[in-house]
Amino acid sequence: MPADCLISARHVSKSFGAINALNDLSFNVREGEIFGFIGPDGAGKTTLFRIITTLLLPDEGEMTIMGLDIRNGFRELRKNIGYMPGRFSLYLDLSVGENLNFYATVFGTTVRENYELIRDIYSHIEPFEKRLAGKLSGGMKQKLALSCALIHKPALLVLDEPTTGVDAASRSEFWEMLKKLRPYNITIIVSTPYMDEAMKCDRVALIQEGKILSIDEPEKIRDGFSRKLFSIRASDKYKLIVALRAFPGTVTAYPFGDSVHVTFKGDGLENSVYEYLSQTGLKDVIIQETRAGIEDRFLELME
Amino acid sequence: MIRNTVISVHNLVKKFGKFIANDHLNFEVYEGEIFGFLGANGAGKTTAIRILSGLSAPTSGEVIVAGFNAKKQPEKIKKSIGYMCQKFSLYEDLTVRENIMLYGGIYGMSKKEIRERTKSLLVRLHYEAYGDRLIASLPLGLRQKLAFSVAVLHEPRIVFLDEPTGGVDPITRRQFWEMIYETAARGITVFVTTHYMDEAEYCDRVSIMSEGRIVALDTPAGLKDQYHSESVEEVFIKITRPGKN
Amino acid sequence: MKRFLGFVKKEFLHIFRDYRTMIILFGIPAAQILLFGFVVRTDLENARIAFLDLSRDEVTLKLSDKICSSGFFSRGEYLTSYKDVDQVLRGSKIKAVVIFEEDFSTKLTGEGKAAISIITDGSEPNMATLTTNYITAIINDFNRDLAGTAANGVLLVQPEVSMFYNPSLKSQFMFVPGVITLIMILICALMTSITITREKEFGTMEVLLVSPLKPIQIILGKVLPYFILSFIDVILILLLSWLVFGLPVKGSLALLLAESMLYILMSLSLGILISTVARTMQQAIFISLVGMMLPTILLSGFIFPIENMPKVYGWISSILPPRYFIVIIKNIMIKGTGFLYVWKETLILVMFTFAFIGLAIRNFKIRLQ
Repeated sequence: MPADCLISARHVSKSFGAINALNDLSFNVREGEIFGFIGPDGAGKTTLFRIITTLLLPDEGEMTIMGLDIRNGFRELRKNIGYMPGRFSLYLDLSVGENLNFYATVFGTTVRENYELIRDIYSHIEPFEKRLAGKLSGGMKQKLALSCALIHKPALLVLDEPTTGVDAASRSEFWEMLKKLRPYNITIIVSTPYMDEAMKCDRVALIQEGKILSIDEPEKIRDGFSRKLFSIRASDKYKLIVALRAFPGTVTAYPFGDSVHVTFKGDGLENSVYEYLSQTGLKDVIIQETRAGIEDRFLELME
Repeated sequence: MIRNTVISVHNLVKKFGKFIANDHLNFEVYEGEIFGFLGANGAGKTTAIRILSGLSAPTSGEVIVAGFNAKKQPEKIKKSIGYMCQKFSLYEDLTVRENIMLYGGIYGMSKKEIRERTKSLLVRLHYEAYGDRLIASLPLGLRQKLAFSVAVLHEPRIVFLDEPTGGVDPITRRQFWEMIYETAARGITVFVTTHYMDEAEYCDRVSIMSEGRIVALDTPAGLKDQYHSESVEEVFIKITRPGKN
Repeated sequence: MKRFLGFVKKEFLHIFRDYRTMIILFGIPAAQILLFGFVVRTDLENARIAFLDLSRDEVTLKLSDKICSSGFFSRGEYLTSYKDVDQVLRGSKIKAVVIFEEDFSTKLTGEGKAAISIITDGSEPNMATLTTNYITAIINDFNRDLAGTAANGVLLVQPEVSMFYNPSLKSQFMFVPGVITLIMILICALMTSITITREKEFGTMEVLLVSPLKPIQIILGKVLPYFILSFIDVILILLLSWLVFGLPVKGSLALLLAESMLYILMSLSLGILISTVARTMQQAIFISLVGMMLPTILLSGFIFPIENMPKVYGWISSILPPRYFIVIIKNIMIKGTGFLYVWKETLILVMFTFAFIGLAIRNFKIRLQ
């Protein structure tokens, strides 16, 4: 276990009846890093986060946070965790200011004491301090929930899908805010179903059906893609996909935005593909080699 | 290529009291097109979709969907469209077959027709084994694909998809988009909203709403050119947060 | 402590901000009592009374005049035999028949007592009780007038209820105790279970559990505001029923308030217990309404006397706390008895309270399921 390790999980498993929510997870989270759990709904992200916040006990395995065991040390741990559950955990019938003050009081602090920490985030919504939380837009709710989770200056910030259902601009702002928390040395773990957000984390774990597929820095995960990847474009996308699927030299073909990402047998570009595609009537085909993204790697690991 | 217009919106205004949710929207959507309808939270997307699907009447302006006027013939519009959203799509306590029967019945299809389409639908999705399973027992990805198939069961002219792929895994998401392509190739217009900006790139054309207005409308490539951006996401941020960058 | 007070403040904000909660808290009890008072007033001004005067002497005439000039009653038929009583009650708009026994005034001066019977229609139990109470009050007044005169004696009143549909209405039907019993269990059990399950549903409970707040602080913080408001409610109901309806508390007011506090506490702990079982607001409402409200209305003696229930219902009713409170409150308010007469019921309520609190603490999870 590295010296700067804040969370250490060893062989953690959890089932609900017949459902294996988490299956033998082991990972370390270092102090001060932004660590992302990237995976679809039902991958087990929320269950894992509830174990980390001591709300659930694992069936098997060990986990220590800040050197404290999650089973015995939960009272001490709870004081040092800031938690933002999936549904923002705000009182919709209380105003912005009342929500923030309430969470500050409950955690034994005041808004003034730690205002510096949340200034960047809270200043966006401060003009609406008197407005009820239920009347805020998704992006503003998200900022308020983050302020509430941070108000007691926790050592560990746990954010469960903070960007789900929020528009792309608010999402990108949210990640900028997290980056601005760096000087305070708060360890942040965050889960998201959006693959592209992996790139904003220091390290990520790709998670699927209760298992970790890969843990690494995002760039290294991209580098882990094992074959050469080609991006193929044509104006008739549907026809292109169907044709590439049928092409005997194709290993995988997935639509990716305006192109199709393809790997070929023999790991290079099958030159016969040009001819094959033009025979099917696709005339304006453009093929380029491209670098795999996180999602390409995720797809490869899922196979 | 001359394309038939299936949605035509002219100076659409929708007000709630003093609040203007939709401020003079103008756009057309063509047959067999995949149209991405993007916008910030609270930009007025939901309001517009409600009007387009005949659930609410415009305050002023002319809205023609599938040849029917949204103000005067909303019932006829409802029969010509399909609808699917992330939050509610199928009844969890009914089986796959029961759900299909229900929706087929709602759209006035005959029993025989429903039975035939159910069979071909299950075969196409490789779901033959799931016909009598409860929806609740199916994985999310499977449900979403099924919900989409049910939404186009009655061969509508347009299908509205409201964040159809939220939270599904990357493989399912791709299979879903392939289904969308296939549906569009059949001539059904697909009108889709999403928070995944990379998904916007799958669309033929994309509109971006901000504060009740459509600020940009073009092909993804056209938008990227116009806003000197690498991705639709960048375009989106430039439009919805004009003060930044 | 500051944490706890912050929590209580938040609870009050929830309550005051939601007009529906305020309506349930204060609107419904007030409406019930006012409605009742209103119905009582208009009807008693016009209640028609028939007389079966078997004596026809000076005293009976005086008394029947007094009853009819009270402003609450108007004079109906004069009957001549017992046979007519039933028919009159069934057929016409007569609300009660007053019967004077034979040789009324002779007995009164000679034996020092004479009997009057009041026969009312049990198919309108509320009306029957009121009529009897009013006539009895007038006769009591008459008794006081007699004191010191030649006819110095006591008039014995025998209220009798003639039953058409509900043939053994023994207990006095009194609305106010019932309303208090019902409203308290509604507010306390339903409202506390809703506010706790609401936090579960909205996900805010997760954060509260992760916070340094102790479970007992969360529970007390939920309970305290409703305890205060429910107590205000009791006072409000008593005050209203006194002002509008003129219903006084016959026994000790202090004892009544103390017993009410106990009952409120019991209902609150029941509410918390429900919230530890229910996962959603819907479940909490369902359990509170179907599990508590209906049995309270039907089986606690609120409407149907327990003595006449089939045995099984009697057993069921004995595990319903409201049943015991109804006995307590009726005793104190209407009969004016003291603690000695209700200590058993009080003890049972105390035991219920401890049982609910114990179960609730055992069930309250410091973690999620």
